[in-house]
Amino acid sequence: MTASDVSQEVVTQATGKVDAPVTESWRSRRRQRRAEAAADRLSKPAASTIAIVIAVLWSIPTLGLFVTSFRTVDDIQSSGWWTAITNPLFSQYNYQAALVDSGLASNFVNSFVITLPAVLIPITLALLAAYAFAWIPFRGRNTLFVAVFALQIVPIQVTLVPLLSLYVDVGVAGSFWTVWLSHSMFALPLAIFLLHNFMKDVPPSLVEAARMDGAGHVTIFFKVLFPLLVPAIAAFGVFQFLWVWNDLLVALTFASNDATPLTAAVADLAGTRGNAWYLLSAGAFITMVVPLVVFVSLQRFFVRGLLAGSVKG
Amino acid sequence: MSTRSRKSSRAAVAAGLGAVVALAGCASQEEAGVSSGGSTAGAEVASSEIDCSQFEQFGDVDGSEVEVYTTIVDPESQSFIDAFGPFEECTGISVNYNGSRQFEAQLPVRVNAGNAPDIAFLPQPGLLAQMVATGQVAEPAQAVVDNVDQFWSEDWKNYGTVDGTFYAPPLGANVKSFVWYSPSAFAEAGYEVPETWDDMLALSDQIVADHPDSKPWCAGIGSGEATGWPATDFLEDVVLHQQGPDVYDQWVAHEIPFNDPQIAESLAQAGGILKNPDYVNGGLGDVRSIASTEFQDAGLPILDGQCWMHRQASFYQANWPAGTDVSEDGDVFAFPTPVINEEVGSAIVGGGEFVAAFNDDPATQAVQYWLSTGDWANLKAQASQPGWFSANLELDPSNLQSPIDQLAVEQLQDPESTFRFDASDLMPAQVGADAEWQQLTDWIASDQSDQQTLDNIEAAWPQ
Repeated sequence: MTASDVSQEVVTQATGKVDAPVTESWRSRRRQRRAEAAADRLSKPAASTIAIVIAVLWSIPTLGLFVTSFRTVDDIQSSGWWTAITNPLFSQYNYQAALVDSGLASNFVNSFVITLPAVLIPITLALLAAYAFAWIPFRGRNTLFVAVFALQIVPIQVTLVPLLSLYVDVGVAGSFWTVWLSHSMFALPLAIFLLHNFMKDVPPSLVEAARMDGAGHVTIFFKVLFPLLVPAIAAFGVFQFLWVWNDLLVALTFASNDATPLTAAVADLAGTRGNAWYLLSAGAFITMVVPLVVFVSLQRFFVRGLLAGSVKG
Repeated sequence: MSTRSRKSSRAAVAAGLGAVVALAGCASQEEAGVSSGGSTAGAEVASSEIDCSQFEQFGDVDGSEVEVYTTIVDPESQSFIDAFGPFEECTGISVNYNGSRQFEAQLPVRVNAGNAPDIAFLPQPGLLAQMVATGQVAEPAQAVVDNVDQFWSEDWKNYGTVDGTFYAPPLGANVKSFVWYSPSAFAEAGYEVPETWDDMLALSDQIVADHPDSKPWCAGIGSGEATGWPATDFLEDVVLHQQGPDVYDQWVAHEIPFNDPQIAESLAQAGGILKNPDYVNGGLGDVRSIASTEFQDAGLPILDGQCWMHRQASFYQANWPAGTDVSEDGDVFAFPTPVINEEVGSAIVGGGEFVAAFNDDPATQAVQYWLSTGDWANLKAQASQPGWFSANLELDPSNLQSPIDQLAVEQLQDPESTFRFDASDLMPAQVGADAEWQQLTDWIASDQSDQQTLDNIEAAWPQ
């Protein structure tokens, strides 16, 4: 699927109404013409060249990191990674030292243990909240919705110390719960906002028809809305997964010694005085692999989902 | 893109990668230079050596857990964990060792949130004062104070004291007053290790005359965002040796301004080496290359014979490549910074950690007590790889692995020699960890004048 297709889909979703067949065909013709024009513009040689140059420039640092991670310590310390082209000498020992000797393997597991609940908890809660905000009328709904969304502007840094003292008072400090709960709290405003916008996009006639047939909230949620929301959930899931996986601040503050994720472990990888900094490129790649796989395989949902959230208010 | 062309391009990429791999050499483990099993300690800790009855004063602490929070991470942390072994066997306390390089940012967060560790190893007296100000640091047990009185010099005890109250016994130490050189190269050229600063300058001139293709000195002050700290060490070393401990203390406490004429004299003395194009920068470039060379790499030209002397702390030994013979007649070794002022004599600028307790539970006090004993220092020395030592007077230098550590400990234990803590760690952070680094970097990189440099640092001092 090309970028223009994606944006077209977004436009359709954003209109949010079921149009009459006549306008629909007119629209689809116009859409097709625009898509062809866009495809023409994008496939011009100049545009392609520029795109390729940008892509190459963008990937060079990552490539350099990748090459460095396989070089020997002496080479890393004495010459740049590009010299490996003329004088190739590679070893896997950086990875061995990082994964086995420095114990990144167990931090890798910790990262998963932290990330999966920290993605599932906010999505579950946000789906329920978004449903209520979108389809259950109650007093103060709009005010509450604005209030929830406004929480996004609170920087997480100011919440660290108060939150940690709360955890200490409750007695959960040092467990995985603190990390899961913190990530969930920080994610909920955006999650509710995004999923709410998706739910609002579902034609009201669908929900009303289901209600006429005697469906309650639970049935409407699972039978009508949920299948339509899968792309949105995937989009937010990817977003939250990347955020939690790459997070250092929350992990440093809340995760106990045994629960340290990869990011925090890589930060300590270079040793007390930084002597082992040659391990960092290998450590960085070990950290990058999972987000890279997740992002590349779910990229479609990611772009579509975020755009949809942003064009609607 | 059609499926077929995608497949063929993938095949092409795979073939290309295969060709690269086939052409590339595969390094053996020695060539790779990665020490495998880097966390194995130098020697096994002998567990039966200690007297368990010394812990009876803390009552029944069996089954308690004590968290120790430090800056020291793997692989250096393993010997700490090993050295707790006999203590854990005696007392039944389990010590939960937790090291993080983000310690200095995280400790205040934890303390303010009421989640303080039981014990923290504070790398700076300034951080100790900051922690004491939160009111959460507990005073040590009397047995700890007695140990410190007995096993450490007055200088060291003072740095664990805040406003007249003693809080934190010292732990490890490092010595910054060292000049690295190559004993084998010196022997070959017939040079003697200099006893005084003037001898050292005369030797430098001699090297300039004898060896036109090398330089007597190499230096590097690059260290990421902390670029400049090696230059502050250089200046501190000269100030202490030239002006003496009293002026040094006044300078640290800002009783004399940073741009005092005495400090200016010392900066000029340091500049006589660091900014002398005849003397620097062996194997690395001109004077300016000092600012752009990472400190880890700055001494390495000594091994190639392109440089003869490099002033850097004892912990620089970790930066020599594997297989380098660090000993009194080996590839590299260090001599103490030579005497500048006869009245001051030998002096040491150094650093160290201090053990602060955040509660007065018997188990916490027992850990703090154990860390202040001579038994611990000796067990830790046996378990450590080169690079760790303590200023504990009970520490037997023969327990240390590395000759440079033994030399450092002999210096620290010498009653004649004065010890002063690294001044930039004692000054306010705006000066010691900001202005001084930047201005001394400019002093080298853009040839800023001595007076301008000192004036700028003085201006940064918080009012």
